[in-house]
Amino acid sequence: MIDIDVVRSDFPVLHKKVYGKPLVYFDNGATTQKPLCVLDEVRKVYTDYNGNVHRGVHAMSDRTSEAYEGAREKVRLFINAAKREEVVFTSGTTGSINAIAYSFGERYIQPGDEIIVSEMEHHANIVPWQILCQRKGSVLKVIPFNDQGDLDLDEYLKLLSPRTRIVAVTQVSNALGTIVPLKEIIGPAHSMGIPILVDGAQGVQHGFTDVQSLDCDFYVFSGHKIYGPTGIGIMYGKEKWLSELPPYQGGGDMVDRVTFEKTTYNELPFKFEAGTMNYAGAIGLGRALDYLNELGRNEISDREKTLLAYATERLSSVPGLRIYGQSASKICTVSFLLENIHQYDTGMILDKLGIAVRTGTHCAQPVMEHYGIDGTVRASLCFYNTIEEIDALGTGIEKVISMFS
Amino acid sequence: MKLEMTLKEVQDSIIDEFSVFDDWMDKYNILIEMGKELPMIDPKFKVKDYLIEGCQSKVWLYPQYDGKAVTFTADSDAIITRGIVALLIRVLSGRTTEEIIMADLYFIDRIGLRQNLSPTRSNGLLSMLRQMKLYAMAYKAQGSGQSQ
Ligand SMILES: Cc1ncc(COP(=O)(O)O)c(C=O)c1O
Repeated sequence: MIDIDVVRSDFPVLHKKVYGKPLVYFDNGATTQKPLCVLDEVRKVYTDYNGNVHRGVHAMSDRTSEAYEGAREKVRLFINAAKREEVVFTSGTTGSINAIAYSFGERYIQPGDEIIVSEMEHHANIVPWQILCQRKGSVLKVIPFNDQGDLDLDEYLKLLSPRTRIVAVTQVSNALGTIVPLKEIIGPAHSMGIPILVDGAQGVQHGFTDVQSLDCDFYVFSGHKIYGPTGIGIMYGKEKWLSELPPYQGGGDMVDRVTFEKTTYNELPFKFEAGTMNYAGAIGLGRALDYLNELGRNEISDREKTLLAYATERLSSVPGLRIYGQSASKICTVSFLLENIHQYDTGMILDKLGIAVRTGTHCAQPVMEHYGIDGTVRASLCFYNTIEEIDALGTGIEKVISMFS
Repeated sequence: MKLEMTLKEVQDSIIDEFSVFDDWMDKYNILIEMGKELPMIDPKFKVKDYLIEGCQSKVWLYPQYDGKAVTFTADSDAIITRGIVALLIRVLSGRTTEEIIMADLYFIDRIGLRQNLSPTRSNGLLSMLRQMKLYAMAYKAQGSGQSQ
């Protein structure tokens, strides 16, 4: 069992006040708060042993390189990748998807080829593919979802064609909270030899992700959404793909031998890590993953399920409140609108009550278009949130309604 | 149209109205009330041409110029935003182009709306104000063009 008081004491920000009210932080989908151990770990990099990675004979460089590679190993174990060569550090989910779209596009995409995404993607998993389509004359196909917030898998099967080169889908919708049944996406694609990229930005921090059992070809996520530092992210790719793909950035460290006639590239994963990497961020991310393992991923999952059930029940009891995204399989995110009250008005008043929610389109405009709305209010919770905070949200929403009616 | 108060007098009276409240909720309550009283834009001007970019909520702003003064009507789909536009209109509508262009809106700071002015806040107070000044500048340029 998670001792919530102990857990909350690990996160300094959670004890702040805003406008004189205790902070209720329900914007974990945008970014999560950091436990002290992560902050200490990053500080230790700079106070104890800082040196550039893989670039010196001296002790400082050695120690930093060791900690950096140690972090890679922690990530590998966390997502159960088969080899460390398959785990590449990047700047974040967006950086990873752009890298894959570029490199994969260079190597495999021809005019008329098709790329499949879903209607519930974050813009980060739409725009890089659109850029690729413009560059290569390929075509973007979209898996629709139903009003409940589940992907239409029959439509998906119809979209798969001999021209499909890659399928890029999210693990969890950031706007609706839906957990996508990835096996049902991956199986049919693989039977036609089509690789899959999974956007794990909203998935990796909830429950378990095992890239080998999923059998996805690429898996990407951001450190800052899993209690780690900002500016670090992961691009997992099966070795058979990463060794085939050309690098997308050139520079130091990613090369084997450079002459002006010809340059050969370094081995994996370094081929994709050009220049000085955010090693402090990587080491901090490694510590964040340790923290989650120490808390227990099953325990985290159980607690988040309880919070989701309670939040759904509490908010559903508010007259005129409509929840967007009612899939049977969800993370603890509740997106909603109040009847005749603009999401922005709701968000502004909740803010003044100390409750941080996100309002707007959540970088998923196609999802809003699906419902014919301009945006929603999104409360995205995680294990360090409490039942009392959900009650505060419920009361806050009732206050909003009384102010605007 | 002759305005009863100077730019300074209107601003001071708004500051007075807000000064009774130190709680945020009360301040928002008056903004909401003011939003309800906003001089409503004719629906036919609620089109893309009059939509202000850069707001999380939609704001339509319609200017009219009689050769001397600029009057504004507006609307928004969010009520708090409507209250903020109502304040700007109360202060600036019916004034000369010169007055609008030069206006120093110190009341925003004094009633505690300053944070809403920062460019990172998406409620667009800044965009609304900029748009009002732009209209005034355009009318002024038009006017001086005609008189030459
Ligand atoms: C599903 C999803 N994909 C991608 C991203 C982009 O992540 P980042 O901004 O960290 O690159 C987000 C972040 O909001 C997300 O929710």
